[in-house]
Amino acid sequence: MNDLNDEFLRFTGTEGYIASPALVEAVNASIALERPLLIKGEPGTGKTLLARHVAEGLGLPMEQWHIKSTTKAQAGLYVYDTVQRLNDARFGEGDVADIRTYIKHGPLGRVFATENRHVLLIDEVDKADLEFPNDILRELDEMRFTVTETGDEVVAQQRPIVLITSNNEKELPDAFLRRCVFHFIEFPDPQLMKQIIDVHHPHLDTELLDQVLLRFYWLREQRELRKKPSTSELIDWISVLLRSGISPDQIEQQIPFLGSLLKNEQDTEALQLYGERGGSYPESWSDLGPRYNN
Amino acid sequence: MFLDFFYELREEGVPVGMQEWMMLMAAMKKGLHGSNLRRFYNLSRALLVKSETYFDAFDRVFLHVFEGVEGELQIEDEVLEWLKDPKNFQELTDEQKQMLEWLTGDELMQQFLERLAEQNERHDGGGKWVGTGGRSPFGHGGEHPTGIRVGGQSRNRSAMKVAEERRFRDYRTDASLDIRQIQMALRRLRQLTRVGPATELDLESTIDETCKNAGEIELVFEPEKRNDVRLLLLMDVGGTMDPYYEPVSRLLTALHEERGLREFKAYYFHNCPYELLGTTAALLRRDAVPTGDVLRKLDPRWKVMIVGDAAMHPAELMEEFGNIDPRRTAETSGIDWLHRINDHFDRAVWLNPDPQDSWNQTHTTSIISKLFPMFHLSVDGIADAVRALIGAKTLGETVH
Repeated sequence: MNDLNDEFLRFTGTEGYIASPALVEAVNASIALERPLLIKGEPGTGKTLLARHVAEGLGLPMEQWHIKSTTKAQAGLYVYDTVQRLNDARFGEGDVADIRTYIKHGPLGRVFATENRHVLLIDEVDKADLEFPNDILRELDEMRFTVTETGDEVVAQQRPIVLITSNNEKELPDAFLRRCVFHFIEFPDPQLMKQIIDVHHPHLDTELLDQVLLRFYWLREQRELRKKPSTSELIDWISVLLRSGISPDQIEQQIPFLGSLLKNEQDTEALQLYGERGGSYPESWSDLGPRYNN
Repeated sequence: MFLDFFYELREEGVPVGMQEWMMLMAAMKKGLHGSNLRRFYNLSRALLVKSETYFDAFDRVFLHVFEGVEGELQIEDEVLEWLKDPKNFQELTDEQKQMLEWLTGDELMQQFLERLAEQNERHDGGGKWVGTGGRSPFGHGGEHPTGIRVGGQSRNRSAMKVAEERRFRDYRTDASLDIRQIQMALRRLRQLTRVGPATELDLESTIDETCKNAGEIELVFEPEKRNDVRLLLLMDVGGTMDPYYEPVSRLLTALHEERGLREFKAYYFHNCPYELLGTTAALLRRDAVPTGDVLRKLDPRWKVMIVGDAAMHPAELMEEFGNIDPRRTAETSGIDWLHRINDHFDRAVWLNPDPQDSWNQTHTTSIISKLFPMFHLSVDGIADAVRALIGAKTLGETVH
């Protein structure tokens, strides 16, 4: 069966992105089965970054379709700029007779129309209207659409690799989910986190790193927090610590520059209160419970 | 065994359909599982399960289905036995029969099982199927032969080990109540209408009007689309509700952060609402407002969510002067107030933090659950409650 493996592109990760085996599996399944890959996960776990690195790893150009609450599915295919045409007609500018001048392809349309195979990232699909995913289903399935105004059919010359990210803000329709390969990015465990940090802050003092991670995972275990700090906040925090030249034993007694970890005022207050009341911080990983014993 | 996997997933409530199953078959045909149980675990999860909330159920089923096999593999015989017995086909739906035909018409499953058996011999002498290092395309220590880095210290653990850990327990919607998940459930509290001042450009009409106006541009505006849902929350506080402080406060936080609602009001009561409602959880007399006023001020389209365990002494609910608070005397019984609330508003639901199987054991709970549709205070329960508040009216009810 191994000879079959060469028939499709394979993703294995890149220098700048640390991917878990499950993720590699999901990406490759999605490419081999020609299904969109739906990626969910906590904010800051690198969903958008993943797409960029899949493109990089495969050596393909990427097109990004960033979804907002007002995004309509149609806009991803093409937009017929009626107002421009009206305006041109009114003032006698442009080639008003040719309707095609006023048909502008959206991200999906562009990826279909181009000769090169692309990675298409549909970013934060859950931001749009509840019905939005269903509206792009047919086009993603068949890889073609018709421009109603002209009757032209746009067919994908090279099937793009479609990655879709969701922040879990809205439930996605079942019909949509059924067609996707699904991957949930788990929050990295301390081991993987060390590797991630190493990419951003190479040659970090190991003692400092351990103290930093201990504080960070301890914070994440606090159920009272409304917003748990994520990877990007951890990396920012380390940057701040490094720039201030703080030593590992200073971190042992407190959590300096808390503001770069906790973005919610109530959370910051709660933690200050905890400190004032003499709450203790963990001293070793075993203080965080059995999950962190290693 | 293989089929058990499919059926057990469905039994556990994981919404796996034909489409997902076929996708897994197609993937295996392409050799994506790489004859390795660990990869098979990852692959089947990516293709069969579409939400992290089902990962825990998936882990449990995976453990159950694939753990019974120790030492020698008997699955092939098992499947063949099963296929031979016509009794088994009687209970199959057409969909399942089709799948069976598809499966038996293909050597695929057999191939997979054989390969797993080979691997089992080649590797450990011990009980469990493992996809250990060496055969994995993922290199040791983060280095791949082609110089590509792969992360995760877990790569050498067997699939069973991973399933056993059940790391996704926290994502089960019936068990945990994360604020964000509640917000997700509440997102459906939406009824979009165009009301208020015309501020948004209506492009279609603008073009129409401009055309009618012989090309002289004519702008047309319309009111912005916005949510018309107003929510009234009535909460039981103190006493038997104390153990539920966490889930209740999370619901409250989620509601306060929910920016989408047109209006939101919360009032508090102890055990049962009577003639006064508290504006704070402290239930101070000076902060109280008459329940009658609340009903008069809020029009029937307000959606009502009552949170409480509905468990109290029967007299507190059914009798006049039933209020447990001696400082207060209420002529009207609690049940009458509940009827008034229910009659006044078009839609009202009750969220109960007590486990659902206990509701029938408490006299007052069963009375109240006949009056209000009652849902468990969990992510799933809240989603159902929201559906009951927003969804289409059932026949016989008036439509507003």
